[in-house]
Amino acid sequence: MSTIEVRNLHKRYGATVAVDDVSFTVEAGEIFGILGPNGAGKTTTVECVAGLRVPDRGEIRVLGLDPRHDRAALRQRVGVQLQESRLPERLRVGEAIALYRSFYPQPADGDQLLEMLGLTDKRRSRYRDLSGGQKQRLSIALALIGRPTVAVLDELTTGLDPQARRETWELVERVRDSGVTIILVTHFMDEAERLCDRVAVIDTGRVVALDTPAGLIARAGGQQRIRFRPATDLDEQLLTALPEVTEVRRSGSQVVVIGTGNVLHAVTATLARHHIVAHDLRIEQTSLDDAFVTLTGHQPEH
Amino acid sequence: MASFVRLTLTEARLFLREPMSVVLGVVFPAGLLLMLGAIPILRTPAEQFDGQRFVDLFAPSALVLGIGVVALQHIPNVIAGYREQGILRRLSTTPVHPGKLLLAQLLVALAAVVVSAGLLISAAWLVLDVPPPQHLLGFTVAWLVGFGAVLAIGTLIAAVAPSQRTATGVSTLVYLVAMFAGGVFLPRFLMPKPLAQLGEITPPGVQALLDAWGGRAPALLPLGIMAVIAVAAAAMAAKLFRWE
Repeated sequence: MSTIEVRNLHKRYGATVAVDDVSFTVEAGEIFGILGPNGAGKTTTVECVAGLRVPDRGEIRVLGLDPRHDRAALRQRVGVQLQESRLPERLRVGEAIALYRSFYPQPADGDQLLEMLGLTDKRRSRYRDLSGGQKQRLSIALALIGRPTVAVLDELTTGLDPQARRETWELVERVRDSGVTIILVTHFMDEAERLCDRVAVIDTGRVVALDTPAGLIARAGGQQRIRFRPATDLDEQLLTALPEVTEVRRSGSQVVVIGTGNVLHAVTATLARHHIVAHDLRIEQTSLDDAFVTLTGHQPEH
Repeated sequence: MASFVRLTLTEARLFLREPMSVVLGVVFPAGLLLMLGAIPILRTPAEQFDGQRFVDLFAPSALVLGIGVVALQHIPNVIAGYREQGILRRLSTTPVHPGKLLLAQLLVALAAVVVSAGLLISAAWLVLDVPPPQHLLGFTVAWLVGFGAVLAIGTLIAAVAPSQRTATGVSTLVYLVAMFAGGVFLPRFLMPKPLAQLGEITPPGVQALLDAWGGRAPALLPLGIMAVIAVAAAAMAAKLFRWE
């Protein structure tokens, strides 16, 4: 049995179809990403998984439970960090932790959790005095305080500065390493690429691709681009003859080689054999950004 | 149960950190009466006050002020804010139903007005020689029914208001009406009779408080009307409450 199973989920608000037809499964211990542009139906999907919304059609099982009928059991075992959900301005960090601990029969150790989240010295701080990153970490702490088996994290790093984002990512990895299965909703490519074992790309309420980040990139072509400046004159024939190379271009004094597979090795080996030194060698890989554009036809938002 | 106790204590703590609510709702009613009582003419029996003292007549209005601040300013603002900031929603992801947070809020509001009334009654008694409510049963019932009615109205406003701003706007309007009818702005004996009569049935029902304070049993019909208002508003609030 998979940890989470979603089959043919459909949800509309009035005349607006938020989720048209979404299916996926999440295995135990995975970080599963749900990636897509704003309004694609990501949040509605996970809200149905978390039992916050009732789907119009389709089936959901989380740890074998039906979010509609086993709400109480589900809430004990699924921790949720919601997008744009705040705490009372004057509530202190330590009080929030103590309060949320009282909701669960066997809560996590509050001190340990604060330690892990780097909030130990903020225990006495009011919620409103925390930085964006600290608020986000506290929100994660509250999602984890009931020792959940599954954590749903929605738009975790939106609005955080790069440093805080990296710290949050490390935290998510640590949480997964502690045995929690994670569903991560994001519209950031780099976040999905860095964290997720598998990613469902959702667009206009449908899953348009479901694969590992590397798999998605490969699907979008998986091309690599190598740029360098040859120290001596270079006969392009040498490179175009290689099976890995699809195209060789010149741009000023630079040579641009486009290819697939192990093209970097093939090109550098050939250059070495002909004693051609490559200056300023750079390699550009297709990113999840490119894959996203190929799969959805949209530019990703930043 | 432990979670509900913790929730209530946390909300009580948060209430104490709201200077506006604590000062205006709990401390100010007693303070206002004492300040007015510092003026000699207002604490001596006078003909234009029906042979009574101004402070005797105004004490119930000061009580109404505290009830109004808590039930019609604090409660709608906090509850609508909790919804707008996603605090209720966040709670609905935990094993604790967000309804318990609302219940905790209402308990805190009750505690706040009890303290407010206690301060006012003792200050009036000890400093200004205003005897404590003479018809104790009538006073307790009138106070509970009156507070229940305004609290239910405040909660109803919070229940249906689309935003915290709207909740604050609407509840302030209702607050002003309730305070006017309660004789907070203009003593009721200075009002023309029809306006003064507003204070009989407009929650929280200052006339019933005044009667019971002075030792007369409050009239039952106005109390009944306010009880109906309380039940109807509470039922509507429960039915219409928007959790998000």
